[in-house]
Amino acid sequence: MRVHVDSSKCQGHNRCYALAPELFDVDDYGNAFELNDGVVPVELEAKARLAANNCPEFAIIIED
Amino acid sequence: MTTVYGPVTDWATDFDHGDPEYNKNIHQIWETLKASGCPIAHTERYGGTWLPLTHEMVHEIAYDTDHFTSRNVVVGQLKPSQVEDAAPAPIGGAPPITSDPPFHAGARRLLLPAFSPKKIDPLRSKMEKMCNDLIDKMGDRTDVDAALEYSQHIPVLIIAEMLGLPLEDADKFRGWVNLILGNIGDERTEDRMAQFMEFDAYLNRHIADHVENPRDDLISFLLDAEMEGQKLTPHHVQGTVLLILIAGIDTTWSGIGSSLWHLATNAVDRRRLSENPEMIPQAVEEFLRAYAPVTMARLVKEDVEFHGVQMKEEDWVLLPFPAANRDEAQFENANVVDIDREENRHAAFGLGIHRCIGSNLARLELNVAVETFLKRFPDFELNDSEEVTWSTGQVRGPRTLPFRILARA
Repeated sequence: MRVHVDSSKCQGHNRCYALAPELFDVDDYGNAFELNDGVVPVELEAKARLAANNCPEFAIIIED
Repeated sequence: MTTVYGPVTDWATDFDHGDPEYNKNIHQIWETLKASGCPIAHTERYGGTWLPLTHEMVHEIAYDTDHFTSRNVVVGQLKPSQVEDAAPAPIGGAPPITSDPPFHAGARRLLLPAFSPKKIDPLRSKMEKMCNDLIDKMGDRTDVDAALEYSQHIPVLIIAEMLGLPLEDADKFRGWVNLILGNIGDERTEDRMAQFMEFDAYLNRHIADHVENPRDDLISFLLDAEMEGQKLTPHHVQGTVLLILIAGIDTTWSGIGSSLWHLATNAVDRRRLSENPEMIPQAVEEFLRAYAPVTMARLVKEDVEFHGVQMKEEDWVLLPFPAANRDEAQFENANVVDIDREENRHAAFGLGIHRCIGSNLARLELNVAVETFLKRFPDFELNDSEEVTWSTGQVRGPRTLPFRILARA
């Protein structure tokens, strides 16, 4: 699984960073980006989906 | 007590968000309006105002800065064209909330770093101390008011410190917040005008003081900041200070108050969170969804057809994020407050380019305020021999919260 934050949609709600800091980080402006090239270890797949499902801007893309 | 427009005679076909009945019965009112067939309600009040009630519509309007301007985000009895010297778009009177593209992006970018998670998270211990001090002041009393003695203090103290304004002026700030956000339906008297002028003078005095005596706070930051190589105009600095002060107070204390109100009236949730404090962040998100305090507004830029209705230039359009949060099309069992809800992409902090810049600060305050209250008072309930009064206007929260403390840690 891979995750990707669409930076054109991210408005800095920071739900992903709060729910899955192992997978997402934020820059100085509070905009999110994926860590580790978006690669999601198996044990974090549920967290990745949770983060994506909590983004009000639908900015997180998941590739299975 | 009704507004200058008189009482609403039929809440199925009319509404007045400045009427105390609105916030008091808000969820029923939205259901009644939707059931009578209007996904977008309309009133002649305030010179013509629309109230879209679906997540889809709210989302669309929030994203459409071509047709809907943020020039004025609080519905008033006068339109900008009726007000002498009204600050024009794309800057507006309180940038960046009142700003439109292309000015908006630069003004917002200036402020984002100060409110980013990594800057805000370190404030946790200060907030914990503040909350504990407020509770210490309650002593051993069983009867406490969780709004007047707790939730209404926290955001005021934090934001005053961030800006660099005297904490002793907290009562003044509360008064001005009420002036701008509450009582929009009251008669526009000379006394109200005088209060606006007093607020204006106060801000200018403190900004001038920061010019004389620079220090490490947001006002000094704004005075030093540059956009496209230029310092900010005095209008911009004052407008942004006003925005941060007003936006940082009523909104957050309303969120804290609503969350505590829920817990005081729901023993099951109260016990679960008391015994499992690690559930609090998820519960707070559900309280934000279900009791979202803030409704924003826009003005129609020019006549436009929107989902079958004809909107006229300078019509107000309310952006009820709390109503969007209760849309069954977006949230399963939308009207059930479920602290186990895991998928919760609610719009309490708005959608699109005007996403609340203070959301990280608000969330931290909410979490710490609820955590601390539950830690110190593992059990409490609403003293329902007294009535809870809700605010009026675009920010909804309990003005008073008469609680009975049943257990102290």
